[in-house]
Amino acid sequence: MIEIKNLHKSYKMGSNSLHVLKGINFSVGDGELVAIMGSSGSGKSTLLNILGMLDVLDEGSYTLDGVPIKNLNETKAAQYRNKFLGFVFQSFNLINYKSAMENVALPLYYQKVGRKERQEKALKYLEQVGLREWADHLPSELSGGQKQRVAIARAMAAEPKVLLADEPTGALDSKTSYEVMDLIQKINDAGNTILIVTHEPDIADMCKRIVHLKDGVIVEDKKVTQVRASQYV
Amino acid sequence: MRFLFDSNTWQEIFGSIGKNRTRTIITVIGVLWGIFIYIVLSGAAKGLDNGFEKQFENVAMNSMFAWAQSTSMPYKGFKTGRQLQLKLKDASILKNRIPEIEFIAPRNVKGVFGGSPAQTIRGGKSGSYAVYGDYPISTKIATKKIYDGGRFINDEDIDLARKICVIGERTQKELFESDENPIGSYVRIDNVFFQVVGVHKFTPGGGFESDSDIYIPFSTFKKLYNTGENVGWFAIAAYDDADVIKVEENVKAVLKNIHNVNPKDERAIGSFNLGEIFNRIVGFAKGLTFMSLIVGVATILAGVIGIGNILLISVKERTKELGVRRALGATPREVRSLIILESVFLTMIAGVMGIILGAGVLSIINKMTAELDFPYANPTVPIPYVLGALAIMVVLGTLIGLIPAQRAVSIKPIDALREE
Repeated sequence: MIEIKNLHKSYKMGSNSLHVLKGINFSVGDGELVAIMGSSGSGKSTLLNILGMLDVLDEGSYTLDGVPIKNLNETKAAQYRNKFLGFVFQSFNLINYKSAMENVALPLYYQKVGRKERQEKALKYLEQVGLREWADHLPSELSGGQKQRVAIARAMAAEPKVLLADEPTGALDSKTSYEVMDLIQKINDAGNTILIVTHEPDIADMCKRIVHLKDGVIVEDKKVTQVRASQYV
Repeated sequence: MRFLFDSNTWQEIFGSIGKNRTRTIITVIGVLWGIFIYIVLSGAAKGLDNGFEKQFENVAMNSMFAWAQSTSMPYKGFKTGRQLQLKLKDASILKNRIPEIEFIAPRNVKGVFGGSPAQTIRGGKSGSYAVYGDYPISTKIATKKIYDGGRFINDEDIDLARKICVIGERTQKELFESDENPIGSYVRIDNVFFQVVGVHKFTPGGGFESDSDIYIPFSTFKKLYNTGENVGWFAIAAYDDADVIKVEENVKAVLKNIHNVNPKDERAIGSFNLGEIFNRIVGFAKGLTFMSLIVGVATILAGVIGIGNILLISVKERTKELGVRRALGATPREVRSLIILESVFLTMIAGVMGIILGAGVLSIINKMTAELDFPYANPTVPIPYVLGALAIMVVLGTLIGLIPAQRAVSIKPIDALREE
């Protein structure tokens, strides 16, 4: 699904150049649930941004679902993001003047899906995250966990190839975190490929594979026995 | 285009402009005020224009008058100070020599420039009124509205020198009972009986005519007052496409030539040119219209710039939201369209409200001035002006929207999403 070869990325900070990713080789297969771990400054967020086409790589190659991702202009990147990727953010990033359903329907709008179908699909995905009854509520009327579930529903609504989650539980207490992880595991069980950036070991343990990043290189890449979040819920 | 008709597009626009209602309203007022000023000013200018036009509606705009005075230069053996007298045959000479003349009407009057007004008696009632000797053609130059049932002087009246007359509204009021129909009855003008054939409605148009004037056939006037071939003055209308000022010069030149007046004598022939006066007034009204256009458009511009300003701030506040949208697959084009559409939408709403408000105020002013004797009538803003203003607003709204839209697009989604 994801194929990365010899990925380099550096940022210019004034006259200095900060080499963040120093040759990453990494691949993710269909249906995997991967945790990317590392301390802050290890380059994990940069990696996720490049995977999410929010940032461009300096060197190396990136292939997503057989499509080489290179030389993207903003428009092309937006179309690929819309088609291939679903995003879940630490701070949810719901649009605060739109109801839960409208938030979920937004990526479908950019896919040029008709209004009726958008609403039906949005409701279907809200149902999946257990928030069908909250469809007409504004984000301000939802709890943190509910917001993140809406955000996940939104990411899933576009039926992406890969779900990218940047610290999805970072702003949640542990009980809600497990609820969200339970949801993510269920989505993964349905065959979806998911990448999670986290620095919490217990969250990482709920994935099937853990990739450790340190100073821009992968120091460890191991399969783990998945801890089911449902046992904590 | 689908974009424009998608309810979600509009929902997004309403959503984002509804977020800060007070600010939106104040912004809208800026443009609203601009278009309001524009509509009211151009409507008022048009009203003034219409008012002037109404005052002149009974007179041919390209008409002029010429009369004889006394010479101020010696010429061909004639001494200075010779009193000139226009003659009836001058009319045909003028018409022959100056092809631009469409109508020429010789006129005489008693009781305006000289001579006493005619003593007019009917039964026990009497009054003194100015009497004009006229040809039917004079109505082509200055329209006379004749009341129902009556008529003006016709050619047969001239040929037979009939003793008929057309009286004025006031004359009718003073000599007849209110329930009496004057048509067909007789009045005694300077001791000669005349049959009344019509009553003319007086329309104020400047000049010396009034609502009590009596018109009789030129030939009858000639006999009654023994004026022979003398003519008081010529009323002349030029063709619509002719330059009446030029015609005026030509008329004077020809008259000087006929009457052996030094061509350089400025005082021998008097003339008055309605076209010039009218053009001056029309020019004034046009200038006003033009100025109101400039002021209106400038005010609209100021309002639109206000909208652009607000949207710039709004884009800054919405950086994160726009970043999310782009992460979810909004192309730069779609983000740009959203902001521009917001700008155009705000501008249009403000514009339509301003037009409605402006039209309301114009109609109130119209009602208030309807009773007054003030040259102001039917203040309208021509549809092309309104559509033009709307078009300007859409264009300006788009252009000004481009700035915040470009700002919105120039922010990279990764920067927009970066946690604080």
